[in-house]
This record gives sequence, C-alpha cells and structure tokens, in this order.
Amino acid sequence: MLETGLIIRALMRNKVGALLIALQIAFTLAIMVNAIFMIQDRNQQMSRASGLDEANTFYLTNTIFGQDYNYQAQLQTDLHAIRNTPGVIDAIQINAIPLSNGGWSMALQHEPGEDKDTLGSALYMVDEHGINTLGVNLIAGENFRQQDIQWREPSQSTWPPKTIITKAFAQDLYPDDWQSAIGKTVYISQTQPMQIIGIIDKLQAPWVGWNSVERSMLVPFQLESNSARYLIRTEAGRRDELMPEIEKLLAESDKQRIIRRVTTLADTRKKSYQRHNATNNILTTVIITLTLITAFGIVGLAIFSINRRTKQIGTRRALGATKWQVMRYFMVENFIISLLGVTIGIIGAVGVNMWLVSTFELSPIGGKLIVIGAMTLFIVGQLAVLYPARRASLIPPAIATRSV
Amino acid sequence: MFNYYIKVAWVSIMRHWGLSLLMVCAIGLGIGATMTTVTVNYLMSANPIPHKSEQLFNVQLDSWDANDPFDDGQNPPTQMTYIDSTNLFKANKAFRQTITSQSYGVIESQDPEMRPLFVSGRANTADFFPMFDVPFIYGSGWDDSADQSKAQVVVLSKVTNDKLFGGENSVGQSIRLDGNVFKVVGVIDNWQPKPRFYDISTGAFDDTADYFAPFSLVAEEKLKRSGNTNCWKPFGDGFQAFLNSECIWNSFWVELRNDEEKANYQTFIDAYVQEQKQYGRFPRPLDNRLSTVTEWLENQEVVADDAQMMMAMSFMFLVVCLLNTIGLLLAKFLGKAPEIGLRQALGASKETLFAQYIIESGCIGLAGGILGLALAYLGLNAVEVMYGDYMQGLATLDVNMIVLAMLMSLVSTIIAGLYPTWRACKVQPAYQLKCQ
Repeated sequence: MLETGLIIRALMRNKVGALLIALQIAFTLAIMVNAIFMIQDRNQQMSRASGLDEANTFYLTNTIFGQDYNYQAQLQTDLHAIRNTPGVIDAIQINAIPLSNGGWSMALQHEPGEDKDTLGSALYMVDEHGINTLGVNLIAGENFRQQDIQWREPSQSTWPPKTIITKAFAQDLYPDDWQSAIGKTVYISQTQPMQIIGIIDKLQAPWVGWNSVERSMLVPFQLESNSARYLIRTEAGRRDELMPEIEKLLAESDKQRIIRRVTTLADTRKKSYQRHNATNNILTTVIITLTLITAFGIVGLAIFSINRRTKQIGTRRALGATKWQVMRYFMVENFIISLLGVTIGIIGAVGVNMWLVSTFELSPIGGKLIVIGAMTLFIVGQLAVLYPARRASLIPPAIATRSV
Repeated sequence: MFNYYIKVAWVSIMRHWGLSLLMVCAIGLGIGATMTTVTVNYLMSANPIPHKSEQLFNVQLDSWDANDPFDDGQNPPTQMTYIDSTNLFKANKAFRQTITSQSYGVIESQDPEMRPLFVSGRANTADFFPMFDVPFIYGSGWDDSADQSKAQVVVLSKVTNDKLFGGENSVGQSIRLDGNVFKVVGVIDNWQPKPRFYDISTGAFDDTADYFAPFSLVAEEKLKRSGNTNCWKPFGDGFQAFLNSECIWNSFWVELRNDEEKANYQTFIDAYVQEQKQYGRFPRPLDNRLSTVTEWLENQEVVADDAQMMMAMSFMFLVVCLLNTIGLLLAKFLGKAPEIGLRQALGASKETLFAQYIIESGCIGLAGGILGLALAYLGLNAVEVMYGDYMQGLATLDVNMIVLAMLMSLVSTIIAGLYPTWRACKVQPAYQLKCQ
C-alpha cells in the first residue's frame, strides 16, 4: 500500500540527506521536550500562591539613626497612625517579607534536647494584627491576644511560649492528623517549649527556591530594631495612592529616621521570579526558532530533491500518476524520515533529561510530553513539505519528453 | 587564485540566494544563541583578580555540628565564626590577612539641607586594600595600628565621596556615621570585581560597598553588621554572647606567596583546630581548606545552574543549525553535479574543486558569523533587560568573544562543508556528461 517500500528503497539511495533531516528532527525533539518540561516546572513554581493579599499590600523599611531612641513608644505611635489612615485595612511590624528571599528560619522539634530530629521553618514576628494584615485565614485554633505580644531585644535568645503555624507545616509535624497540632507543645532552639495555638491556611516562606517554602510560623514578637519593616494592607485598589501618603506621614513625624524601600508585594514577587521568567522567555524563543530552522531545513532539502528529480516526476506523471499521487509520495517520504527522527529523538530526549536530572536535580520527564512533542514535529514536517510537494505535483508530464 | 575562488563562491551564493540566505540565517541563529550563553557563562566565571588569584586564599574551618554537618558534610562552612577569625588574625601567620563582613549605616551630612544617606558598608581589616589591589583616588587604607586601637577611620567609595564632598579630596575630613564621628583616610576609585569574590554570601554580583571601616569596630558596636548569618548552636542573650557563639558571619582571606607558605599555613590552621578541639569545639573531623580565588568561585558555584543549562542547550541548538547547513550544502553541491562534471572534463583538478567549495562554505560561515554577532548583541541586551540587576554589566561582548564567535562560525561551517565538498568532488565526469 502507498508505495512505501518503493519510497524506502529510493531513500536508501540518498541516505545522507534523509539522515541529516532525521537527525535535525531528533535534536529538535530532544531539546523541545526538555525545554517545555523546564518551562512547566518554572510556571508551576511561579503560580503558587503566597497566601497574602498581594495586590493590596506594600511594605517599607524604617531605619533609625538617632541616638537614645524610644523604640517601643515610637512603634506604637507609628502603627497607630498607619492603622488609622483612611483606606488602610491593617498594618504590622514584621521581621521578614514573604517572597523577598531574605528572612529568618528556625527549627522545631517534638522533643527537647540536642541531636533530635528537627523541621525547619520560616519565622515571622508579628503582633495580634498579623493575620489580618497578611490576609491569611485562621482555619483552626485562635489568634494571638494583645497580652501575648512580647518585646524582643537585639540578640535575645529566648522565644515566646505561643506560635501559629501554616497547615503545610502542621502536616509535616503531624502527618497523621494535622488538626491535632492545636494545643501541642513543640521545641524551638532545642529546649524552649512553644505551644501551637493556631493554624493558618497558607503563608509562604521568603525563599521562593526553598523546597519547604510552605512551612512558616508566626511568633508574637515586636522587634527593637533600628531597621524594621512595616507591612501595610490597604482596601482594594488604594495601594498606590496610600504608598506615598504613608511614606510622607512617617518621614515627617520623626526626623531621626529614614523611610526607605517603599515596595509593593507585587514588585517583590516580580523580582523574586525575574530569573524564572527570563529563563522561560529564552527557552520559548529557543523552541520556536529551533522548530522554524528544522522546518526551513525540510523545505530547502525537499525543494532540492524535487529539482533533481524533475524529470523522474514528469515521467511518472506521463505514465499516469495523478497530482495527488505525486504529492503523496513526498509526504509519505517526509513521514518516514520524521518517524526515524522522532524515534532517535525520543531516545535523545530521555538521554538529555537523564543528564539534566543528574546535573541540575530536575525531576524526570513525563511520557505525555514526549508524545505531544513527537506529534508536533510530525505535523511541522508535513506542513513544511506541503509547499515543495505541491510544487512537485505541478511539474507537467511533458517535461519527460524534454532533455534537460 | 584565492580571489578568483571568492568570486566564484559569490556567484554561486547569489545564484541560489534563497538557499544561501537560509544557511546564513541558520548559522547566524546558532552562533547568536551560543555566543549569548557562552558570554554570560564566561563573564560569570571570569577571574576577578587574574594577576594574583593564585596567591589569595579563602580560609574555611569546619566548626559545624557533628550530627548535622554543613552542606551535608560535602564542604566546610562558607563563612567563619567571630572567635576563629579573630584568633587567626591575632596569630598573624600569613603574609597578609583580612577579616571581612558586611555592614550598613546612615550617614548624616554636615550640610543640614542634605537628607541622611542610607549606605551599605564593609567591615574589614587593614590588609584588605593591598591584598585585593583596591585602587585609591585620594589617601589610602588604614594601617594595622588603626585596627588594634579601634580607630574610627573610614574609606569612602567614589560614589559616596561625590555625594558627600562633591568629589573633592575629603581625606582628613570627618563624617557622622550612625551617630559616631569617623575620619576619612581614603577614597577609592570605581572598583567592581565581578564576581565579587571576597563576599559571595550576599550576592556574587552585588555592588561594592559605599564605605569601608575597621572590623574591630563591630565588636564595639560602633559599626552595624549585616549579611548572611548562620547558626547551629543556641547561645545566650546579648551581643557578646553572639560574638562568642558558633554562628558564622564573616570571612577570612590570606595572601600566601608560594607553595611553602601555603603548606605552612595549612599546618597552622590544622594545629589551631586540634587545639580548639580541647575546648570542646570543632566536633567534626579535620577539614580545613585554603582555596584560591578560582577554586573558591568554582566551589561556590557562582555560575548559576540556569546559565550552564542554557549554554548546553545552545550548543545543541548550534548542532541542529550545523546539521541543517550540512544538508543544505549537500543539496546545493550535488545540484551542481553536471557543472562539476563539465569542469572536471575541462581539466579542473579535484584539489581546485575542493578549495573552491571549502571557500564557498567559509564565506557562508563568515556571513553567518557576522549575523550571529549581531544576534548575540541583541540576545545579550535582552538577557540584561530580562534578568535585571542579576546580570547587570555581565552581558557585554568583548574582543575575545568577537574573535571566538567568528572562529566558531568559520570553523564549524567549514567542518559542515567537508562532507558535501567531498561528495561533490567524487562526481564522475563521464556519467554527468552522458546524462546531458
């Protein structure tokens, strides 16, 4: 059927040309599949929610340079002023900003003492307004009360007795039943007990590349720091108008400090994932260009092979072959070459993936992606050969009678 | 004869201009992609201080937890504790040595009109400047006695000096940093080693500090410290407890002039750790390292995985482009079989034909290389825009890269042209003539 045997025999006479196209298809497939895989991996990371009301949240750094500064009084004054600004939902002082890649981590353990198994977590120091400002949901237990909030002095090593953790962290601590975490005592800094009083649904750690990014804990601390951050959540759509207003409010109320880095969480997200985004853009460009090069290669070679066979094609037409039969010949030929290329390509793709897995600690590729990649290349090959095949079919039978 | 071949090549290229353009584009894209990624990798892994990178050593001591070793036991901690860096410093066993860590502060200008300036700084000891060949515009660094006497002296960057003193010689003037008065002893010129090898824990491609001040002032709490801090053992309250802790937050560099000095220093730090073991510190097996600048950058994997992976990808991309070129050249040269047969029949030797077709391939390669350079230039600009701060100033083509690009396209195209040329020369004149 479909003169396949004939085409293969003809191909064997001009092995090299066909093999070159097959190899191109193979390489393209190997690169394409792995690049798409890496793009998917990054997109997946980027689409994770941080848990915060990102669109309406911003933060700033309050750097104090004055001497003999009353941190405690000034912080209360600042927070009072910010919280009472029309349009502000709530505000807190916080030690680190989610997604910002800079923060504080501590390890918790079930039993006190050295040499016990620990689980690391991001740590956010907040007051009783923390949950409301971050925009996270308390799904079990309770929030901190005002009397739980302690002052943390610089270089203090003791921790408060209560904590609120994320659901993901509760699941890691109590794999059988995360809700049972409520009321349990865990240990921080090896020996200090801490009771889990609440569980929030989601709050990411600051480090977007960390594999335990969903593990976070809140502790009821206010910092005596000469470079503290304030996180502010506004009513929907009022962030941009309030940013300069609050910056001015703080800067003018006290000349012993600098208000700097007034930043939206949206910008922080963008910056944290900038490399991810850039890499994805580059990989997309690579895939498209590569596919185009392969397609043009197929076009170029097909045109040449048709030009060389003009007389043969004319003879076939003179002997009764229809235009469609001529076209079909080249399309089947391309299909056979593609089949060879895709077969080598699948082996190559898996090979490249194995190398990526071992060198860059990526996860192994799925079969579905390879199948989709192979299908795409078959289609691209058929489309590319369409124009030359059509040209071949238009060769008049009369050419058979002419010499050169 | 060479000029004649070029002329023939030109005629041949122009006759099948569509196909030639396709080849030039393919090579151009391949070279463009490869050069973009190679340049990024090359600049990321560049040697920031080539003339003495083999004499400067980062010192690593394994002071970490016996049960949970640093980096899973692969490498000792990347920074040093305060106890160890000051102990090594006091021992003074190297030709030159410096402790360095990150600092920050607020400078208040004498000019009441000027708003206070938030600045990033570096706390280091005197040898930092001669060790790393820091260029000065005015004055110089401080000397050892300033470190010991905890003198409140400061070296400013050019940018800071421009802001505070309008770029004038400020040596001898004083500035108010975090409420303390510091005397300016020097102003450095623009100095931006890339990667910033002496401190990669806070960003290997970050900017140089705005000021430099004696490390001994950190313990006096006259200089605020910042940067990466890593602890494995709980410690008590207060700053003194922090200084005495097992937390790592500064780095220690030495300059050793030859192998003998290096061997002696290694013996010294090993003995130091053995001695510390008596006090119950250093529970891990002995693993102290002296790494040259290049070893250090290699070990700390300054070149991002992304960049390396892209480079690998772009080389495969180039292979596809070359396969494409081989195929197209083959088609082109074989299409000329009748012409080749005729020329052979008229007495052209195989060598002549060979030279001619190789030159034709080379011309296509050169054209592809020029296109590739243009694309690499665009590609690098795109990389710089897309990656932002992280790649700032890293994405530039230098002469080495331009030469490499041209050589790479020329050589790879000639190699790609070898097989088609060989096939073209194998044409049987008699057969071709008969077919006519």
